[in-house]
Amino acid sequence: MAGKVKWVTDIEKSVLINNFEKRGWVQVTENEDWNFYWMSVQTIRNVFSVETGYRLSDDQIVNHFPNHYELTRKDLMVKNIKRYRKELEKEGSPLAEKDENGKYLYLDFVPVTYMLPADYNLFVEEFRKSPSSTWIMKPCGKAQGKGIFLINKLSQIKKWSRDSKTSSFVTQSTKEAYVISLYINNPLLIGGRKFDLRLYVLVSTYRPLRCYMYKLGFCRFCTVKYTPSTSELDNMFVHLTNVAIQKHGEDYNHIHGGKWTVSNLRLYLESTRGKEVTSKLFDEIHWIIVQSLKAVAPVMNNDKHCFECYGYDIIIDDKLKPWLIEVNASPSLTSSTANDRILKYNLINDTLNIAVPNGEIPDCKWNKSPPKEVLGNYEILNLKFWVLLDPTSAPSRNLKFWVLPDPTSAPSGPCDLRTPSKPLQVSDRKYGSVRRLM
Amino acid sequence: MLQEESDLSLVIAQIVQKLKGSTLYAQLERQAWASLQRPEIKLESLKEDIKEFFKISGWEKKLQNAVYSELSVFPLPSHPAAPPEHLKEPLVYMRKAQGSWEKRILKSLNSMCTELSIPLARKRPVGEQKELLNKWNEMGTDEPDLSLFRPVYAPKDFLEVLINLRNPNYENGDSLSFRTHLGLIQVPLKVKDIPELKEFFVELGLTTGQLGIDDSTQVPPELFENEHVRIGQKVLAEQDSAAAQQYIRQGSPTALRAELWALILNISSQPEDILYYEQLKTNVIQHDLLVDSLIYKDVKLTASNDDYYFVFEDYLYQVLLCFSRDTSVLGHFAYNSASPPKSYIRGKLGLEEYAVFYPPNGVIPFHGFSMYVAPLCFLYHEPSKLYQIFREMYVRFFFRLHSISSHPSGIVSLCLLFETLLQTYLPQLFYHLREIGAQPLRISFKWMVRAFSGYLATDQLLLLWDRILGYNSLEILAVLAAAVFAFRAVNLMEVTSLAAAEAVLADLSTLKVMPLLQIFLFATVT
Repeated sequence: MAGKVKWVTDIEKSVLINNFEKRGWVQVTENEDWNFYWMSVQTIRNVFSVETGYRLSDDQIVNHFPNHYELTRKDLMVKNIKRYRKELEKEGSPLAEKDENGKYLYLDFVPVTYMLPADYNLFVEEFRKSPSSTWIMKPCGKAQGKGIFLINKLSQIKKWSRDSKTSSFVTQSTKEAYVISLYINNPLLIGGRKFDLRLYVLVSTYRPLRCYMYKLGFCRFCTVKYTPSTSELDNMFVHLTNVAIQKHGEDYNHIHGGKWTVSNLRLYLESTRGKEVTSKLFDEIHWIIVQSLKAVAPVMNNDKHCFECYGYDIIIDDKLKPWLIEVNASPSLTSSTANDRILKYNLINDTLNIAVPNGEIPDCKWNKSPPKEVLGNYEILNLKFWVLLDPTSAPSRNLKFWVLPDPTSAPSGPCDLRTPSKPLQVSDRKYGSVRRLM
Repeated sequence: MLQEESDLSLVIAQIVQKLKGSTLYAQLERQAWASLQRPEIKLESLKEDIKEFFKISGWEKKLQNAVYSELSVFPLPSHPAAPPEHLKEPLVYMRKAQGSWEKRILKSLNSMCTELSIPLARKRPVGEQKELLNKWNEMGTDEPDLSLFRPVYAPKDFLEVLINLRNPNYENGDSLSFRTHLGLIQVPLKVKDIPELKEFFVELGLTTGQLGIDDSTQVPPELFENEHVRIGQKVLAEQDSAAAQQYIRQGSPTALRAELWALILNISSQPEDILYYEQLKTNVIQHDLLVDSLIYKDVKLTASNDDYYFVFEDYLYQVLLCFSRDTSVLGHFAYNSASPPKSYIRGKLGLEEYAVFYPPNGVIPFHGFSMYVAPLCFLYHEPSKLYQIFREMYVRFFFRLHSISSHPSGIVSLCLLFETLLQTYLPQLFYHLREIGAQPLRISFKWMVRAFSGYLATDQLLLLWDRILGYNSLEILAVLAAAVFAFRAVNLMEVTSLAAAEAVLADLSTLKVMPLLQIFLFATVT
């Protein structure tokens, strides 16, 4: 049944509209029959709300999951990951193994985080353990760096709590909830500058989990030199990499927008630090993305009309360990530079190719496994991992671990896992055992 | 035969002379003295035993690398009777042209000084020194008003000079013949043709494994890459400059490149090198030079706006400001056709005893100069190491890209090589572009002057520079420039103006360098 896809959007961005028009799709209003709706997170709430909700028919597709906030709200993401870890621990999964300090070996990828005001007492206890550290306060429901500040004294929290209480008791609802996270104060610096990674991840279904990572992510650089000095705690240009913040800095450059491609990062790291540690870093990033999705998969409403393209924010510390900072449900589609526009246009193009096969009127009951040729710059994220254990160190002490994608498709690590019976060699280190973790 | 022998002894004498003043010499002497305490050193076979000790302890390798390094920098000595300026440039008309070009640059620099009433150099007040020291790592955040400064010259000004170069002893006649060179460069110099290039770049051939081709994702790494990486590690373990140079002709694995380049350039980053860099830094802190503003302006105009290099803005200042103070750079003028500009202490104009080189390193930066440093920032994050590598790259290679000489790696020869290759192997394209007023060299000149930095994607640029180091020659730049035209020939045949041709060639960032070179050199029917 030929027919043109009827589309609606409440986000007037040229990278979207050009992509729809290129496919010969027809624009309609939201009150008419539509097949494809690219909507903001405010709209998705109405679409699935009990009072005003629609009943979506089989030929309708939307770009969010009904309760995406389980992943994309800072407090809920942390809550889900904590729950996931506990469940694995209960099952006795090797994934939940801990070191002698009680830290998870494989699942310690989110900075220590508490909800405020709910976990205030827990936070104070943790704060007193290391009183010299810096913490970052973020409102749960806001994006683009709004409402964020840093603290390094308990009195600052007390003052904040007093101020918000006096304003009114009503705002003490979940709306004004904050998360407080241990601030990564040893970020990897390049050219003396702090940066974070923005990676795009597409989920087409949570059960079974099918996810894709976009190869063309980028690094976002701060315009001002990084200094961990506490005197600069108020200077957000030093600490926050959000383009929405950096754009207002006087040194913001409109040609490159402070953005560096992931391939540049890889070239730089491989040249200055070596191939093994660089591959390990990228494998670990892959790992934490998959783990974060697995953490929310059981609670996600896996509505068949939905897909979602997430913006993952990751910070790398100076030991080349990646930390998951947050996940955005509506990554910015604003183009700050010419290259940015090309990247985002292609991102939407590749996303649509996977979410709406052949650009034809969708049938949400399809099996959601698109052929390889349509993936474009997306790569399938493997859900299976191997961990290489270093036999030279005692178990769970200084455990060196490599997380590698499933060897049956694209091995990226330096070792040959197809013959795991032979002793494995990673450069000059010998590895005795390989364990399949998942 | 006799001539060769005397040449050889001359070379040896020259290198011995050069090394005698080096730190390595002192180190070797100290080691030799210290070795006398060792039981295996016997008095009766003293000389042989010490030689053996040098071999085992690795000092012999260091000496070998130093000799090798001298050999690749210094030209072979000419006739003993030849005056020293022949070492700089044997052709008189080239020397003259370079001389008058230098006068022009200096005049332009001086008039900028007068116009803006800024001194060439001044001592900074103590307060300013402190301030600069504090922001050494973030000089990029400073935004002085540089609107009045302009680059002393840009590549296109330099091209005009090269176009007007003539050999007064060469009579071309009025009539056009098939020998007439239809390009912009009108001086007769010997450049290689494709058979000669094939022989020279034999390791780039179709049957040899290449990084940049045989490491692509479609090729299983067992075929070439893994073995090549393994050999690279072995070369590094041996610490042998000559082996490293041979190895890198097939390209350097990303993770080994920084070390391999340092080995080839014989840069070891000793504590005294770090100290030396710190001294240069102190000089920058103490004195303000006019060229600093030129460097600052250049970085702001080029690297700061570059998708690949903006991240390293501050490193560029840390390298280039120190470079301008480094008097050891003056040494390269012995074999550079250029000479360091002189300035005179106020009121003593023209009196040689009051002359000083300005800037202290003798190199006046031009528009795009900072792009020689920028790609190296991907390899070295230690400023002092980055500095040493850049300085060595400059005195071995980059200086040739902006001075007038007849050297095969000099920019004049590169231009001629480029034009000859196009005219010979793509005559229709060459003719077409010439007819529409789009002389190919007008487009490719800037690529070659910058050694393609800022035009290619960084990974590709590094693969290209691997080959510059590997062959100790810049000729690959001209070959690549011609290969780019060949690659875009179909589109270029359709354009009807210089602007349209420039548009076709505006974005080189998607090009894969090695396949282009290989196809142009080895897969084209000649």
